[in-house]
Amino acid sequence: MYQYDSYDHAMVADRIAEFRDQVARRLDGRLTEDQFKPLRLMNGVYLQLHAYMLRVAIPYGTLNSTQMRTLAGIARDYDKGYGHFTTRQNLQYNWPALVDIPDILDRLAAVEMHAIQTSGNCIRNVTADPFAGAAADELEDGRPWAEIIRQWSSFHPEFTFLPRKFKIAVNGAKADRAGIRVHDIGLQIVRNDAGETGFEVWVGGGQGRTPRLGHLIKPFLAPEDLLSYLTACLRVYNQHGRRDNLYKARIKILVEALGPDEYGRQVEDEWAVIREGELKLPAAEIARIRRFFDQPKQAEPTPVPVTENRAFARWLDRNRRDHAVEGLSSLVISLKPIGGTPGDITDAQMEAVADLAERFGFDEIRATPDQNLILPHVRNGDLEAVWNGLVEAGLATANAGLATDIVACPGLDYCNLANARSIPIAQAISTLLEAEGLSEKAGDVTIKIDGCINACGHHHVAHIGVLGVDKRGEEFYQITLGGAFGSDAAIGSIIGKGLAGEDVPAAIARLLHTYLDIRAENERFIDTLRRVGSDAFKEAIYADA
Amino acid sequence: MKTITANRLTDGRVIYRTATGDWTTELAEAARLDEDQADAVLEIASDESHIAVGAYLIELEDDRPGGQKWRREGIRLAGPTTGSTHAQATA
Ligand code: HEM
Ligand code: SF4
Repeated sequence: MYQYDSYDHAMVADRIAEFRDQVARRLDGRLTEDQFKPLRLMNGVYLQLHAYMLRVAIPYGTLNSTQMRTLAGIARDYDKGYGHFTTRQNLQYNWPALVDIPDILDRLAAVEMHAIQTSGNCIRNVTADPFAGAAADELEDGRPWAEIIRQWSSFHPEFTFLPRKFKIAVNGAKADRAGIRVHDIGLQIVRNDAGETGFEVWVGGGQGRTPRLGHLIKPFLAPEDLLSYLTACLRVYNQHGRRDNLYKARIKILVEALGPDEYGRQVEDEWAVIREGELKLPAAEIARIRRFFDQPKQAEPTPVPVTENRAFARWLDRNRRDHAVEGLSSLVISLKPIGGTPGDITDAQMEAVADLAERFGFDEIRATPDQNLILPHVRNGDLEAVWNGLVEAGLATANAGLATDIVACPGLDYCNLANARSIPIAQAISTLLEAEGLSEKAGDVTIKIDGCINACGHHHVAHIGVLGVDKRGEEFYQITLGGAFGSDAAIGSIIGKGLAGEDVPAAIARLLHTYLDIRAENERFIDTLRRVGSDAFKEAIYADA
Repeated sequence: MKTITANRLTDGRVIYRTATGDWTTELAEAARLDEDQADAVLEIASDESHIAVGAYLIELEDDRPGGQKWRREGIRLAGPTTGSTHAQATA
């Protein structure tokens, strides 16, 4: 993992000292809320319905056990004993007191973590494939590039006050698990005919109010040109981006207005000027950053155990993934217990995960865009010990990728911007689908729920999306079908009028029953949907409404 | 009937303004304001941002949050409707 250098340490320490002073000045009245709000947001501090919320960055989703224990300690000492993993590979605390936040930030800084650039119109935490450095289908680990972008963009004066927030994703595997087409800029590592690796550059994706898929504007960018090209992309955006209208200020709107070709042409013009300048990445620097990540894992070529224990076998089947190294596996730790709150994890569970990572997992943990955790490297001989540890911690739900592995934003139970609740809908769907045995029967299905159109829970890119809306004080939920996150990215379409919250679980159950009735052999839900179209499911959804 | 709510500056907790100008976490202790006085009191409350952040008026019906925002304000009053993750996991 990347280790902070003294420059990073000093920067973070300065920022916390500055924020401590700002909090003190707010508390004694020298700063008004209007003056303080942008300052707290720059440090990841929001004010939600019941409390402040602190968003902690987990750069490219990678954590070690010491960091996880620190997160657990903060949850215990300053929160209500739990934290919430988000789709952005961040952790959110729902209950910290403002007066404690400088101390919390000190604790985070001691383990090289922070809340900087988790908010505001800057370049946010870079998203990466959570299986990076482990996946069997990987071309190259994307995280060194995410780190290079992080170092370049952190506190970057030119890009700290962009028209809107800016999100970048890097994916180094064949399958896109970082969501490159739904980020402002997505970088897909590819190999050209000469066998060199470089990036496809996708621009203009995003979710929220106007969901868009990104466009390919550069099929092959040489690695040493990454920062100059990104700079050119951002400059063209910064020059044109519409600051007058919040909803139109995203790069996706600009790319659409200019057209991807014209936007790409302007980027090329800008790039031509700066390409050979100081932003060219020296090979030695790339190699230096890579060394933090390239720690080859050694393992005996032990096969995955064959077991009589049905619960263990089921969990292996759903939650284990192939690793690039023979004898190792990657494991998904589901944070979706049946009927639980998606993404929530208690202090004790965080510590259990830290212990397992330390003993059996090369001290590495990942956070995923599905609000789960991953132990990326586990020896096959240790799989049963890890599973036993997870069972003990209440973390062995065997549902990774199933319909009960639901993503949900905080919604109206926490969020100030929400129109409707998300989590209770997720809980009710999960409970019903499990009771009807549908989760296991229906196989790979994604269900994602949002409490408003900002789409923090990614409902636009779910096979089955659920969007909460408010109609004169009542919660209603629109169902979208056919979205996808990843290599086959797609934006789902609304299939009809909204349902009352209590009708949503049964509607989804009927939808999945219909799928089971009409699917071809071994056909996944999304493939059946694409084959027959969403009308075939409409009747099932509205059967009772 | 209306009352004034905000979040407490120090810890963000939900608070309500009493008839004597204090702030309390108990809705029962909050001032009951008639339509015609509500805006004037809100103006005073808004100057108390060293205690209370983002003061605004809510409607009350039968001493409970009412009007179109009844659910949102009910959740602010009683907490998330999701059950406690901590209690669930340690049960
Ligand atoms: C509870 C406090 C939260 C607030 C106030 C908040 C606010 C927002 C807003 C205003 C947007 C739209 C921005 C835009 O379109 O320019 C947004 C987008 C987003 N949020 Fe949140 N959010 C919150 C929690 C979360 C959580 C818990 C997650 C992860 C589960 C999350 C992940 C995202 C993502 C991925 C987007 C990007 C959608 C896009 O591509 O435009 N947010 N958020
Ligand atoms: S989608 Fe809306 S309701 Fe949900 S967390 Fe984001 S802003 Fe809040």
